[in-house]
Amino acid sequence: MLSDNSFIPIITNFLGTDLRTATPILLAAIGLIFMARSGIVNIGAEGMMLIGALAGAAGSYYLGSAWLGLLTAMLFGGLIGLLFAYLVVTIKASQVVIGAAINILGLGLTTAFARIIFGINTAPPEISSFQIVPIPFLSQIPIIGPALFNQYILVYLTLLLVPLTYIVIYKTPIGLNIRAVGEHPKAADTLGVNVFRVRYGAIIFGSVLCGAAGAFLSLALLNFFTEDMVTGRGFIALAAVIFGKWNPLGVLGAALLFGAGDALQFRLQALDTSIPYQFFLMIPYLLTVAALAGFVGKATPPAATGKPYIKA
Amino acid sequence: MTDYKKIRYKDKILGNVTNLLIPLISIVLSILIGGLIIMGMGINPILAYTSLLEGAIGSKNAIAETLVKTTPLILTGLCFAFAFRCGLINIGAEGQLYMGAFLSVVAGIYLVGLPGYIHIPLALFAGFLGGGLWGLLTGWLKVRFGANEIITTVMFNYLAIYWVSFLVSGPLKEPPGNFPHSAQVALTAQLPRILEGTRLHLGLLVALLAVLLYYIFLWRTSRGYEVRVVGQNLNAAKYAGMTPEINIMLIMFIAGGMGGLAGANEILGIQKRLLETLSPGYGFDGIAVALLGLNSPIGIVLGAVLFGMLRSGGNMMQMSAGVPIAIIYVVQAMVIIFVVSGQMIKPANRTKVRILLDKIMHHAKS
Repeated sequence: MLSDNSFIPIITNFLGTDLRTATPILLAAIGLIFMARSGIVNIGAEGMMLIGALAGAAGSYYLGSAWLGLLTAMLFGGLIGLLFAYLVVTIKASQVVIGAAINILGLGLTTAFARIIFGINTAPPEISSFQIVPIPFLSQIPIIGPALFNQYILVYLTLLLVPLTYIVIYKTPIGLNIRAVGEHPKAADTLGVNVFRVRYGAIIFGSVLCGAAGAFLSLALLNFFTEDMVTGRGFIALAAVIFGKWNPLGVLGAALLFGAGDALQFRLQALDTSIPYQFFLMIPYLLTVAALAGFVGKATPPAATGKPYIKA
Repeated sequence: MTDYKKIRYKDKILGNVTNLLIPLISIVLSILIGGLIIMGMGINPILAYTSLLEGAIGSKNAIAETLVKTTPLILTGLCFAFAFRCGLINIGAEGQLYMGAFLSVVAGIYLVGLPGYIHIPLALFAGFLGGGLWGLLTGWLKVRFGANEIITTVMFNYLAIYWVSFLVSGPLKEPPGNFPHSAQVALTAQLPRILEGTRLHLGLLVALLAVLLYYIFLWRTSRGYEVRVVGQNLNAAKYAGMTPEINIMLIMFIAGGMGGLAGANEILGIQKRLLETLSPGYGFDGIAVALLGLNSPIGIVLGAVLFGMLRSGGNMMQMSAGVPIAIIYVVQAMVIIFVVSGQMIKPANRTKVRILLDKIMHHAKS
């Protein structure tokens, strides 16, 4: 049995880990919200995050700073987003198929170049990674203080993005345009909204965030790049967008839930139990399937989801 | 020949030519881009590609190895194509492959005292069932709860791989238990070799048979017609009194079964036992195989041969030229991008080609 005085540190610790494991999912999911709201389904988030993870690690390795690594990751995320946008908006190729190709491309490029950059048989090189920055006073609040305010700066920034995204999408003309393009591109076009430009913008901005999410994995959560290190988080982010009903606040909740699966998995693996570790590793994936199947209710995506816009 | 028939005939030929041209041009462009990336790594791309070709078709054994890799790729290609034809995106071939491998190993080890001609089909069927039920489960989740199959099939990949990892380090671990793999399947369940001195096994014929069944089911049965209609237009299908729910589950079962069969073939023909690292990603390669082959039976076989060559030649390229084998994923992704983009610009080009052809015919006549 857990005694009372060991219970609270466990809760705090768990909340803190949850927030950290939720951050890459949340960051990518916010990017996906912008795309989804403009009518774009991006199943290639996994590949974009992988590219971001390697670009982040390589940038930090060559430029000597985690922040420059993050910038590199965002740059490469944006570039791959530009490619994605060109193919699905201009060429009008199937979003799902191109997304699948982006995943394969990300896996191939990162695996091949990681070997070229870091070598094959050497130990992971020292790269400068993000440090935890406690916020004075706030981090002293009992229970939630150390969990919420003793984190990486990227965690704070990602949390700030949630209300910002909410305001941009629901309260600004840009957000109105994005939503109009996602629901009824033809009507938006008639009213003078440039559908192509809005979709390009949403895709590139969203991909930049996916790249940053990848960099968070390689520069904060794990501190190095390993092959295929995203392990489904890109798809889990996609599930978080659906589960959160395309609303930033809902998506925050979903990301925290899926992050909790990851945090629980870490925590249980550390405990000495007779249950094989593989079952713990399954938790985040089971949780995602359960969320999609069980509690999602009637989730209606933006009406023009997945359809290319053909200007008459 | 009447004019109408002439035009139709000409259209058909043109259609076939463009259908062939797009994949061919896509392959060439993708290989060129792959070459540029190899150059970017500071490696001579000519050296890389010659060693790839040598590894893929340079000897009897190389060709056999290419076909060994082609076998699961045909099946995972079918796995993706089956679902795609019916409007479903199944990214779960890898997991379905692992679940097929799991059940075929169970059948291969625990069913004893059977003659080979019964044991082999039973073990193959067990593999089909393993992958099929795994696929069916995602189909059911979609029909019953509206869970998006793209995401659930990906999640199910991880679940299947961890499940097999658990099995080979737990209940199915071969005594005395020094290595994480199962015992060997019975000799009567092992697929015979079909080319002396190589690893090429009967599984290739199983895969080709599956291609034939794919063709017959989709183009020669009324149920197949129905599922293709559901894939093209869900509302029209409902209006015509079809039941998309049943078809979605049926298709995910068959598609998953194809993936499962790929796993069973690998077990009964090559590995002989269950391992964690059973597949180097055949399930994901299947996506590119199907899309390159435009989801047609012959196209899938040709696509599988090409990617089989890349897989077997890629190993040689890694060893003798130092190019990481992962580069073949880049080529795959490029092939998909070019094929899909090529299809988008096809109608315009087709008219252009036709206008050109008409002009030539006109000149020839006058």
